[in-house]
Amino acid sequence: MSNQISKKNRPLLEVNNLKQYFPVKGGVFGRKVGDVKAVDGVSLKIGKGETLGLVGESGCGKSTLGKSIVRLLKPTAGSIHFQGNDITHMAQPALRPLRQDFQMVFQDPAESLDSRMNVNELVAEPLIIQHMGNARQRRERVAELLDKVGLPKSAAQKFPFEFSGGQRQRIGIARALAVNPDLLILDEPVSALDVSVQAQVINLLLELQRELGLSYLFIAHDLAVVKHVSDRVAVMYLGKLVEEAPADELYEDPKHAYTKALFTAIPVPDPGNQRKRTILEGEVPSPINPPAGSAFGSRINHPDYEKTIGVDLTPVEVSPGHLVAPDVCCLEPEVYAGLTKEEPSE
Amino acid sequence: MSKGLLEIHDLVTSFKTDSGWVRAVDKVSFSVDAGKSVGLVGESGCGKTVTAMSIVDLLPKPSGHVLEGEILLKGEDLRTVSDSRLRKVRGGEVGVIFQEPMTALNPVHRIGKQLVEVIRLHKRIGARKALQVAIEWLEKVGIPDPASRVMAYPHQLSGGMRQRVMIAMALCCEPELVIADEPTTALDVTVQAQILELLEQMRRDLGMSVLLITHDLGVIAEQCEEVVVMYAGRVVEKGAVEDVFKNPAHAYTKGLLNSIPRLENERKSELNTIPGQVASIADFVSGCRFCQRMGRRSTMIHRRPPYVEIADGHWVEACRECYEG
Repeated sequence: MSNQISKKNRPLLEVNNLKQYFPVKGGVFGRKVGDVKAVDGVSLKIGKGETLGLVGESGCGKSTLGKSIVRLLKPTAGSIHFQGNDITHMAQPALRPLRQDFQMVFQDPAESLDSRMNVNELVAEPLIIQHMGNARQRRERVAELLDKVGLPKSAAQKFPFEFSGGQRQRIGIARALAVNPDLLILDEPVSALDVSVQAQVINLLLELQRELGLSYLFIAHDLAVVKHVSDRVAVMYLGKLVEEAPADELYEDPKHAYTKALFTAIPVPDPGNQRKRTILEGEVPSPINPPAGSAFGSRINHPDYEKTIGVDLTPVEVSPGHLVAPDVCCLEPEVYAGLTKEEPSE
Repeated sequence: MSKGLLEIHDLVTSFKTDSGWVRAVDKVSFSVDAGKSVGLVGESGCGKTVTAMSIVDLLPKPSGHVLEGEILLKGEDLRTVSDSRLRKVRGGEVGVIFQEPMTALNPVHRIGKQLVEVIRLHKRIGARKALQVAIEWLEKVGIPDPASRVMAYPHQLSGGMRQRVMIAMALCCEPELVIADEPTTALDVTVQAQILELLEQMRRDLGMSVLLITHDLGVIAEQCEEVVVMYAGRVVEKGAVEDVFKNPAHAYTKGLLNSIPRLENERKSELNTIPGQVASIADFVSGCRFCQRMGRRSTMIHRRPPYVEIADGHWVEACRECYEG
């Protein structure tokens, strides 16, 4: 897919067929007995100023994918290009200056912020690591950042425990913004927050994006939140993407059975307007021993499951910008027929 | 008010902290009628779980105490009954489903043993017969191959399966009321849908009442007939789900409903928010606590607003600032 994009129009982030496996060790000698295929061949692109939403249930590998992209992990296979640089196997010293341009915000600010550092130290730390400014300039930058994320100046001298969950997440965002990044990987940034506070943080993220032209990879399990903030949304299931489309289109015309099930499973705060819930049988299978064919097909015990064994289920285009896994178990027959017909037999 | 299965009048629950006694629940009243499902909704720290745990006296001891009020189960005040009677009520007439089944289930005992323990505590039957009942219940809550699963330990089950075991344990003595404290919060949406469906089906089959505690207004809308909205230890609004969701009266309920991102919203539009944050429990004012959050200096800060019934069964805490009556 990378060949289709001309050099001058390269996206900010380009991930190709990324795999992130973790060894499973067993026996007395701790020998490797298998792999957890947390991320198993994922490709995605994020353009400048764009938000890609990534949804999926717990254990589907979405957080691992985020960590892998910012190179907190060593990818097993595939490639990650950031601003045209191949960072897939780049050594840490070479990677450090590039880290200025991509930062991560974690789910639980209570755990990701060092409780012994005050806010000034927390927000200035990335600046020190990147050798940016002297002490006075850093203090000014911290004050500016706190203002930007809506915290009072007095916050600088306080410690994380003195803040509520929403405020702590603002500190996490200020810290990520300190080095002026182009891309933020947001790993469940609002999942731990109450709705009224969640809305405040979402508004802040949208405002920062407009103001600073940031790109986001927004990882979450809440489809309504993801749809609200994203330009495009990718749906992940057991280490693989199953569908990707512009946010509105995905909501109006989901193609994959899993995407449909996710949409109907969300409880809507609107009594009377009760849609038919699709109740899925079973739960997400283990990534240690994933089914040979369509993972979702095996969960729902689809009669055509056998047909998907050995088939490449990498998402392909159904319409411009709308990709879906060519999975006989999970698509309407006519959609599936359309997909397989278009594919040239090479 | 109608005669409910469970009636709570002016419940006050306090906790002893380093800075003295704080009122986590401050004169809360509501009732659950037979066969109804009532949702108790609010943000974290609003006192919804404390309210529920006060009913069955499962507050953390010795710091938590019910100080005032009546908790009437079919007219019997649970605050005044003996411990042995309370043990009969708990698990017998009132079943409880906890949020995190991994901490609520005992990790060192097989699930069958834990179910049998509950059954034999409330029914005079032999161990073998009780195991039979346990297997039947596991089957009813949709656990595949229940005869062999009774021998499993909690860690051998997935989150959804553990929650099913919790439900079986809460229901196996056929209680009249089930208190479900955030039963699906730890679960994924597709599994949440399964568990909610199961609860609803059980409620219909057994004709029991459900008190569902959650922070998710969507779950309330789909699952409950009545809703009680709590804010900072108090009930700010209660009534039929239809009424409260379609015609919210209190500013807090309106704010809560407006701040949820909805699928039909315009993308990237600004969400409505509730400014500020809940005051710390030690700083609660005696008057309207939502005014306190909004930074209003009305007289209502000092005087507790009265409750008014604005429509049949639809009550609101009528603060002059937060409710335009």
